[in-house]
Amino acid sequence: MLGEVIAAMSTAMADVGNPSSLHASGRRARRTVEEAREQLAAAVDARPSEVIFTGGGTEADNLAVKGIFYARRQADSNRRVVIVSSIEHHAVLDAVQWLADHEGAEIVLLAVDELGRVQPQSLRDAIQAAEGRVALVSVMWANNEVGTIQPVAELADIAHQSGIPFHTDAVQALGAIDLSFARSGVDAMSVTGHKIGGPYGVGALLLGRDVACTPLLHGGGQERDVRSGTLDTPGVAGFALAAELAVKARCEQAAALEQLRRRLTDGIIRAVPDAVLNGDPVDRLPGNVHLSFPGCEGDALLMLLDARGIECSTGSACSAGVAQPSHVLMAMGADSARARSSLRFSLGHTSSEADVDEVLDVIEAVVQRARKAGSSS
Amino acid sequence: MKVLAAMSGGVDSAVAAARAVDAGWDVTGIHLALSRQRETLRTGSRGCCSVEDSHDARRSADVLGIPFYIWDFAERFATDVIDDFVSEYEQGRTPNPCLRCNEKIKFAALLDRAIGLGFDAVVTGHHAKLVNGELRRSVDEAKDQSYVLAVLTPQQLAHAVFPLGDSTKDEVRAEAAARGLAVADKPDSHDICFIPDGNTRAFLASRLGGDRPGQIIDNDGGAVIGEHSGTFGFTVGQRKGLNLTRPDRTGEPRYVLSIQPKTNTVVVGRSADLEVGLIRCSTPVWTTAQPALDAQGWRCSVQLRAHGKVSAARVWATESGELTARLYEPQRGIAPGQALVMYDGDRVVGSATIQTAEPSLNPAGAGSA
Repeated sequence: MLGEVIAAMSTAMADVGNPSSLHASGRRARRTVEEAREQLAAAVDARPSEVIFTGGGTEADNLAVKGIFYARRQADSNRRVVIVSSIEHHAVLDAVQWLADHEGAEIVLLAVDELGRVQPQSLRDAIQAAEGRVALVSVMWANNEVGTIQPVAELADIAHQSGIPFHTDAVQALGAIDLSFARSGVDAMSVTGHKIGGPYGVGALLLGRDVACTPLLHGGGQERDVRSGTLDTPGVAGFALAAELAVKARCEQAAALEQLRRRLTDGIIRAVPDAVLNGDPVDRLPGNVHLSFPGCEGDALLMLLDARGIECSTGSACSAGVAQPSHVLMAMGADSARARSSLRFSLGHTSSEADVDEVLDVIEAVVQRARKAGSSS
Repeated sequence: MKVLAAMSGGVDSAVAAARAVDAGWDVTGIHLALSRQRETLRTGSRGCCSVEDSHDARRSADVLGIPFYIWDFAERFATDVIDDFVSEYEQGRTPNPCLRCNEKIKFAALLDRAIGLGFDAVVTGHHAKLVNGELRRSVDEAKDQSYVLAVLTPQQLAHAVFPLGDSTKDEVRAEAAARGLAVADKPDSHDICFIPDGNTRAFLASRLGGDRPGQIIDNDGGAVIGEHSGTFGFTVGQRKGLNLTRPDRTGEPRYVLSIQPKTNTVVVGRSADLEVGLIRCSTPVWTTAQPALDAQGWRCSVQLRAHGKVSAARVWATESGELTARLYEPQRGIAPGQALVMYDGDRVVGSATIQTAEPSLNPAGAGSA
């Protein structure tokens, strides 16, 4: 977490008060929350009344997908089709699956190309095929695994031509790329604190003022009556500050990260010539390096690098920590062997050239070692 | 030494890992995910790779301060252990999946990968001893697991470490509690880990495609005295669940004597008919130097099932490289597919897979072979 964020949260924590209360300390807390709302709104180019604070990105995704589905179906019982990309985060995919299993939703998965991009025409086709029956469309802004950025504004525009609300999971995009809720035209957008140097367990759904969304949490009527529950005042204050700082630093930081990313990607491919970069080489998150190492198991690479002080990720792991062949890579046309041989390096504001060089120093030996272990099992 | 500690989430493997840390070794904890569809919570004493078990293993590794990873061996386990289990039952044999798992997964797939990744050995919580590279029984006779390790070769044993062989289970639990390991009082696991509800028959029926009705035949006269819905539901020595239509003329209970998958027949008989003294086995594996199997036969003790009775025996090698064992005293209910494990005192010498078991007219002590 950023030092300024920790300081702001500590201050807020020392201040007693329930933002839902009417007395003086309650008013103080409320003021903190409302300033945070304005701060976050400004950071993502939205109006303060469009900010619904949540307990993180997963809750924001669930609220958007389920809440908008319920509201749309209530207005017209034919609207049961939910169109999502096949590379969404599980917070969207599993929420949609739940709607299919319990609420009669019909899922339409949008294919992606080999770089992980949704083609606008495929959305047009999907909407046409289910004309009059689509409840909502959800396509993530940038993919959490391979980093590919989607043409969100174009996709939202296609949905709007048929009067369909459009949600985007922008958890990875906030602070990494130019993000404007207003200009993108999306109706709902999920963001979260811990990806931008803010606190864990705090996020928000940006929800257009005219977008009907049935609440999932009922109670005190907080957050426009869409999300009841007393807000975590220090949490939202920290999150909003982190968002502001991340957006301010974005241009400079993205340029630095892109430079590091190129150094890391090029260096790895020089050391391991058959390594393959996954995702869009240009339109991608600035700090995302995602590669397949043929002949290796990703979890063997992870362990060997971890032992050398280098932390990376094999992509998606289930709750038990078992590495699964990534649904994202599979959707991009990889076979399960390639999916299992993949590794993601995430560069952030603390990453340096020295960190990158440390990886480059060991990657060849580590890959050789993992290949040896891979071929023996 | 750089070792990989296999951590199931149980108390034994947690203490084994702890002792490896105490020995000053560089220890990495690995939990093997062996099930394709993992249960969220452990149910009773069955099952061994629920998400809860992996969580328990992780918490033990946290307490020990060692790195911890989960490796997915579900595919290998499905092929080498579960498919083998089903196919053995289909062929009328009674397999031991724990033994197969040690042979094919823990000390093959896992060990090979560990060596490939630069580890020197795999540490497990098995109750058995390794003395100068030789496998021996645990001091805790009731918990001894040397039987299910007797399929390992000297090369595999050279890269195995069993830190618990000199301790009883009670001592292991007490040590876990003293070390602050939350699994100290976790129940022991029993039964077959991949059949969480313990219903082997239903599991096999689902894998083998339901009912395969056939006859139950009396070995005394060959009369058909019942029907069954699939030979896979039976194992040699079984008494319950036969549902015979005709009582025995002497009123004795009857037991499964053999299973004949080719004719889809289960043969039953009296308790005395279960006695066997001559056992033919295939695919011997020696955990140490092979003993001289000369014409006199090699004198040893044999154990014919996990936690089963130990008998004195003589063992010969046949020309085709198979083994014949003649027991000094007969044993009952010996099922093909189980392992015959040969001991010299408490030292494991080797094992082989039981193919046939028959009554012995000449006990081992009487006359020559």
